[in-house]
Amino acid sequence: MSEARSALPGARFEGIALVEEAGLQGMITLRGDLGDETFAKALREVTGTGVPGLREVVLNGEKGAAWMSPDELLVMVPHGEAGAAVAALDAGLGESHALAVDVSDARAVFDIRGAHAREVLGKLMPVDFDAGAFGPGQIRRSRMAQVPAAVWMTGEDAFRVVCFRSVGQYVFDLLKAAAAEGGEVGLYA
Amino acid sequence: MLILECPCCGVKGEETEFHGGGEAHIKRFGPGSSEEEFHDYLFAKENPRGVHFERWRHVNGCGKWFHVARCTQTLEVFGSYSAQTTEPPQEIRDKITAKRPGWRWREFA
Repeated sequence: MSEARSALPGARFEGIALVEEAGLQGMITLRGDLGDETFAKALREVTGTGVPGLREVVLNGEKGAAWMSPDELLVMVPHGEAGAAVAALDAGLGESHALAVDVSDARAVFDIRGAHAREVLGKLMPVDFDAGAFGPGQIRRSRMAQVPAAVWMTGEDAFRVVCFRSVGQYVFDLLKAAAAEGGEVGLYA
Repeated sequence: MLILECPCCGVKGEETEFHGGGEAHIKRFGPGSSEEEFHDYLFAKENPRGVHFERWRHVNGCGKWFHVARCTQTLEVFGSYSAQTTEPPQEIRDKITAKRPGWRWREFA
């Protein structure tokens, strides 16, 4: 089998915040009835987490699940386990009306860390990133300049951004420009 | 700039996160209908100054369709509601009546 490559291996920029490509991440689009018991059970067997509520993300080590829409979740597992996870989900979902697809290689993932991380994202997305409005455990899908992106927090002043792989370079360039030295705004200070 | 609230995911976002989908509550006239009906279905749209109902899609968010009631003159948004309906809910109508007494839009008032 060919060697898996993330969107921009090793891409890194240090300015008022640290922007880093997060490397390989197994991602599965899981659609179905989020309130269904079979659905919740199948998810728990793969990630060990419950079904995230409205605009929530639940993390369990390297695994987790994020709420994408009223009938869709983003399931996260280590990259090498994505194939097995899809098979496990399919087995767990049985005959129920649901769909699990491995989309790991269709996405690019970035980490933004540092005291000014909120500002870097606030410059690019029409979202209120004030600590009172957006915190750990929440996911927000919106646009980053001209492309769709989803963002959640992985810790204090640490954000993870997911976008389509085809616009990975564009998003990295955006983040670099927004995190350029001397670009502090002080909005969320 | 419109500030819309998606009833599917609860996000209050600005206009660029959404995409307009044209007039709301259009009844489709398909096979077997008269040419007149099909013509009106395709082309006869409202173009009001004031209260208007539209379909919008949360294209950069949860991806779902929903309805919005707004004023074309002031850009005031009266409210958003589910796409799974053929007419504006009473709650939205009451909100509009409180601000625009005597409003009328197609057969709704």
